Amino acid sequence: MASLEIRDIRKTFGSTEVLHGVSVPIADGEFVVLVGPSGCGKSTLLRMIAGLEGITSGEIRIGDQIVNNVHPKERDVAMVFQNYALYPHMTVAANMGFSLRLKKTPPPLVTERVRKAAEILGLVPYLDRYPRQLSGGQRQRVAMGRAIVRDPQVFLFDEPLSNLDAKLRVAMRIEIKELHQRLKTTTVYVTHDQIEAMTMADKIVVMHDGVVEQMGAPLELYDRPENTFVAGFIGSPAMNFFEGTLKANGGCGVQTTGGARLPLADAPAASNGRPVLYGIRPEHIELADDGLQAEVVVVEPTGSETQVVARADGREFIAVFRERHAFSPGARIRLRPRRDLAHLFDRTTGKRL
Amino acid sequence: MSAVPSSTDPAAAVAARAGAGLSPSRWQRLTWNRNWLGFWFMVPAAAFLLLFLAYPLGLGVWLSFTETRIGRAGVFVGLENYVWLADDPVFWLSVFNTLLYTTVASVFKFAIGLYLALLLNRHLPFKAMIRAVVLIPFIVPTVLSAIAFWWIYDPQFSIVSWSLRELGLLETNIDFLGDPWNARWSVIFANIWRGVPFVAITLLAGLQTVSPSLYEAATIDGASRWQMFRFVTYPLLTPIIAVVMTFSVLFTFTDFQLIWVLTRGGPVNATHLMATLSYQRAILGGYLGEGSAIATAMIPFLLAAILISWFGLQRRKWQQGEAND
Repeated sequence: MASLEIRDIRKTFGSTEVLHGVSVPIADGEFVVLVGPSGCGKSTLLRMIAGLEGITSGEIRIGDQIVNNVHPKERDVAMVFQNYALYPHMTVAANMGFSLRLKKTPPPLVTERVRKAAEILGLVPYLDRYPRQLSGGQRQRVAMGRAIVRDPQVFLFDEPLSNLDAKLRVAMRIEIKELHQRLKTTTVYVTHDQIEAMTMADKIVVMHDGVVEQMGAPLELYDRPENTFVAGFIGSPAMNFFEGTLKANGGCGVQTTGGARLPLADAPAASNGRPVLYGIRPEHIELADDGLQAEVVVVEPTGSETQVVARADGREFIAVFRERHAFSPGARIRLRPRRDLAHLFDRTTGKRL
Repeated sequence: MSAVPSSTDPAAAVAARAGAGLSPSRWQRLTWNRNWLGFWFMVPAAAFLLLFLAYPLGLGVWLSFTETRIGRAGVFVGLENYVWLADDPVFWLSVFNTLLYTTVASVFKFAIGLYLALLLNRHLPFKAMIRAVVLIPFIVPTVLSAIAFWWIYDPQFSIVSWSLRELGLLETNIDFLGDPWNARWSVIFANIWRGVPFVAITLLAGLQTVSPSLYEAATIDGASRWQMFRFVTYPLLTPIIAVVMTFSVLFTFTDFQLIWVLTRGGPVNATHLMATLSYQRAILGGYLGEGSAIATAMIPFLLAAILISWFGLQRRKWQQGEAND
């Protein structure tokens, strides 16, 4: 196991720069999730850590060693690919033991380590099967087994769950987390799914257009997003935003462009009249008699909660209630954002105020 | 519309008869039943194969048991032609030549073809153009390329001899087609030149089906370039290699055109293959029975080649998916 240091990494393909100076410190044993929309550079960064992609400038360190020019096989990292990349002509056991056999590990030791990994992952009955004879979840486990067998310094996961169905994805998410708690190997995990990021990470790195928008513990990102991108990306359903101007006098709040007044716990000093974006998470909106007059558009009951798409102030937004409400479309309700949980962003820069 | 279904709609006609408590007529069954329809659609292709493949093959085998000559119907003589051939040193020489020709040419075609395929699978400048160039020997009609080789191997005007002489490496011209062993290697070389593109392009197609992520996984697993080829590329390519090499062996074993244009089996039968010898005896010599026996003698060799590749393919369990553990 080792720490991993990514320092001011840049990557250009031809004349296009896709990573603009990314720095991420990763502690020994930490589970870090790189999350962001497609094309944000997260997979490229992971491949650079693995050594499958060259580094244009900057520095990657594994432990004390700068690995910029170290061949992938010398880096002692293991990677789980999105499509698993299992060797179709090898059995599960051969797939898992391949790297050890290449290192000329004595066969009895290979068998033993493969067996141990197979036990951890519940793959023992399948050791003699070929990848074609396995289900998606089993293949996923073999891909992980291949990584575990090597006992590497760093685990790299490249969107490993995106080829699985929703139910299996949740199960594998838990398995990967359990595995990490058990092995405590430094892990870098790439996903575009913020739920995966929230549930698995010790530290989330939110990337967008080749830069790190914010990094921190999952709940930190949820509670205090640094900018509108992170605010909109983390959390499901996504945060609602209202354009408006700050009103500091007469009980501070935000006057929206549609004319409504949204409550705030406190306003930044000397900022009266400043153009802002008012952000409120759907789960932080409550029913209140003195709330905003809104019209119900769509009601989506999920069982555990009720999602309501409502129209007010000339726009649609989402509110989520833990209770069951039998609103019918077109009904008029009054909604009020919880003032202590509202977020305020600068309208031009998108930065948190 | 009358109540009687129109006779042009067989389905309605059958239904009508069934409704009236009658079983469908024989004609209706033959034109409407799915199985019979499948049979009818197959008939043209089957007739074609029977007429142009099975019949000549059967006739050839039959002729080999007779002493037919051109222009004179033969009588059944049992195995006499084969007994005769067993004592014929020219026949055995042609068997030896054919095996040598097939083995050496196939091995080289495979090695060079695989090498070219691996090379073309990488990112090269002018890749599309190089691929097109590689295909040239394959698209030129065999007879034309054979005539080109005939010039290259010409005892007086050979460009090879000329170049080597100009370079001062050689005093006299090489007797490419006049010396038995020179002639054998020369025709083998020409066959390799002609056969490589087929192997190369087919293997290239096979290489392109190998997912790049397997190479990335192997890189991270610590495989060297050679190990990647040995443990990933080669095993994944074996099914295609089996098919390509079966075809290559069959085509080489039955080669005729190249030899006929270059040497006609000479010098002193040194390059006679079974196919050319069969032609010479049967058509030019007029002994159809004996020629047929030579041609029929090729069948066991060809069957063996097919069986080897068949069983080679059968063993690969990993390709076949579920339910065979």
